[in-house]
Amino acid sequence: MSSPDFDVRHVARLARIALAEDEAATFQEQLGRVLEHIELLKKLDVSGVEPTAHTYPIFNVTRQDIPGASMSREAALALAPRAANNLFIVPKVVE
Amino acid sequence: MMDLARLTASELQEGFRAKTFHPVDVVRALESRIQAVDPVVQAFLSRDFEAALRKAEVADISLPLGGIPIGIKDVINVQGDPCTCASKILQGYAAPYDATAIARLRAAGAIPFGRLNMDEFAMGSSTENSSFQTTRNPWDTSRIPGGSSGGSAAAVAACEVPAALGSDTGGSIRQPAALCGCVGLKPSYGRVSRYGLVAFASSLDQIGPIARSSRDCALLLNAIAGRDPMDSTSLDPPAEDFTAELGRDLKGIRLGIPKEYFVDGMDPRVKSAIEAAIQQCAEHGAELVELSLPHTEYGVSVYYIIATAEASANLARFDGVRYGRRADKPKDLMDLYVRTREEGFGSEVKRRIILGTYVLSSGYYDAYYLRAQKVRTLIRRDFTAAFEKIDAIVCPTSPDVAFPLGERTSDPLKMYLADIFTIAANLAGICGISVPCGFVHEGRNKLPVGLQFLGKSLSETRLLGIADAYERISGWSREHAPV
Repeated sequence: MSSPDFDVRHVARLARIALAEDEAATFQEQLGRVLEHIELLKKLDVSGVEPTAHTYPIFNVTRQDIPGASMSREAALALAPRAANNLFIVPKVVE
Repeated sequence: MMDLARLTASELQEGFRAKTFHPVDVVRALESRIQAVDPVVQAFLSRDFEAALRKAEVADISLPLGGIPIGIKDVINVQGDPCTCASKILQGYAAPYDATAIARLRAAGAIPFGRLNMDEFAMGSSTENSSFQTTRNPWDTSRIPGGSSGGSAAAVAACEVPAALGSDTGGSIRQPAALCGCVGLKPSYGRVSRYGLVAFASSLDQIGPIARSSRDCALLLNAIAGRDPMDSTSLDPPAEDFTAELGRDLKGIRLGIPKEYFVDGMDPRVKSAIEAAIQQCAEHGAELVELSLPHTEYGVSVYYIIATAEASANLARFDGVRYGRRADKPKDLMDLYVRTREEGFGSEVKRRIILGTYVLSSGYYDAYYLRAQKVRTLIRRDFTAAFEKIDAIVCPTSPDVAFPLGERTSDPLKMYLADIFTIAANLAGICGISVPCGFVHEGRNKLPVGLQFLGKSLSETRLLGIADAYERISGWSREHAPV
């Protein structure tokens, strides 16, 4: 849980964000200090404590499988940066 | 002539029904008010007076919020309106549907009006992380309005709208309400549907009202609360009227004072305003109970792990494919992703996505995310134990008054630490409200201080009753910002 092995460039790649050199350096320093602060949590003994994902017990919620109205294809595609032939257009993925 | 812009939603409703004035008069009054003050306050990213006038002409004033314009934080979808989350990545996006909270406001007769500025994707405590403009505090325009719902709070404080919707993930309704001298309510987790709210941290986010009285907050909550099949985390408690305890007194109310919320480092002037407010509650019959929430100091760390982790997943959808901005001439799909997100997101959003990605990454998950979720359990237990003995906790909303623009933008950790009194409510899923409790004098300006009441999950009716009682005793919320 030590922050020295926090490599902002590597994590930014995982997050699919390109970073300029100066931004990477600033984030490395700023997030390093945030991670140092978070070390505080190590002081606590949490053995045997159940994690909380939600503040009340939540179970799978289901409904009847009945088709209903939904957003039209035109309305959805109208928001796309590029669309054609009723499809979202992206750079070629498969050669 | 009466200034309609200064009236609360409840007062507007009375005026409509007595035929003293009409909803059209109100929209026109707000239009002149906004044109006069918004060039300075800059709360609105956009607004459409003509559309609001058309709605006002045909408003059904027999409905609970009939003909009342409600400002909307730019993170909640209103069909046909822009919804940018104050981010360049959503510039040009127009919402294709109404959020459930908006559909319910409409069903109650309200007029959703305008898009209010915020920290980008609700990440921030000062609204300085907006990609588009700097909103100013109506009490002192050289200072921040708080955040992330800073546009909502500033617009309400400056009488540009009678009330607004905000969202609260770690204090984003209560803190700007406190810093702008408004009343702001974060409902319990599950009370209000988040369908149509752009997700930040899904186990923490709630939509809630900001207004100039607790009564107005209750009226808005009446409209927006309730189970929604479109949000599987929304609860279905027995129907209740959130105005039921308005007008009550504080006799017999047990108020808990957590010793961890009165710490060194807070502005001593804020501390004395809070202590005076608590004494006033006691003089009016409240019973004060000292208590401890021993895990308070861990709240900020837990929050900035859980909130960023959830944000890193939620914001993965902004990839330049289906909506929003896309980088020019991508050379391949990866290039499209990384440059779209580099260009589209501001610094704070990038920082939080990166932190969230790190705490979830292989090898670190247990040490950070899982441990934070366990400490979250301890924080919840602190509150469960406290609420066995009391009706509500009373404490400061923020350790400081509004700070000068630019003061903390280079120091994220300092900005994060100021959320200490509000984030626990989100981590524990309970409800909280901030009400004005006086002013700190800074030069020629008066800066509002907020008093926070926290109630157990689904106790909003009682909480609003307590807040309303304090408001009537103190009279602070009747003061108007000088802008």
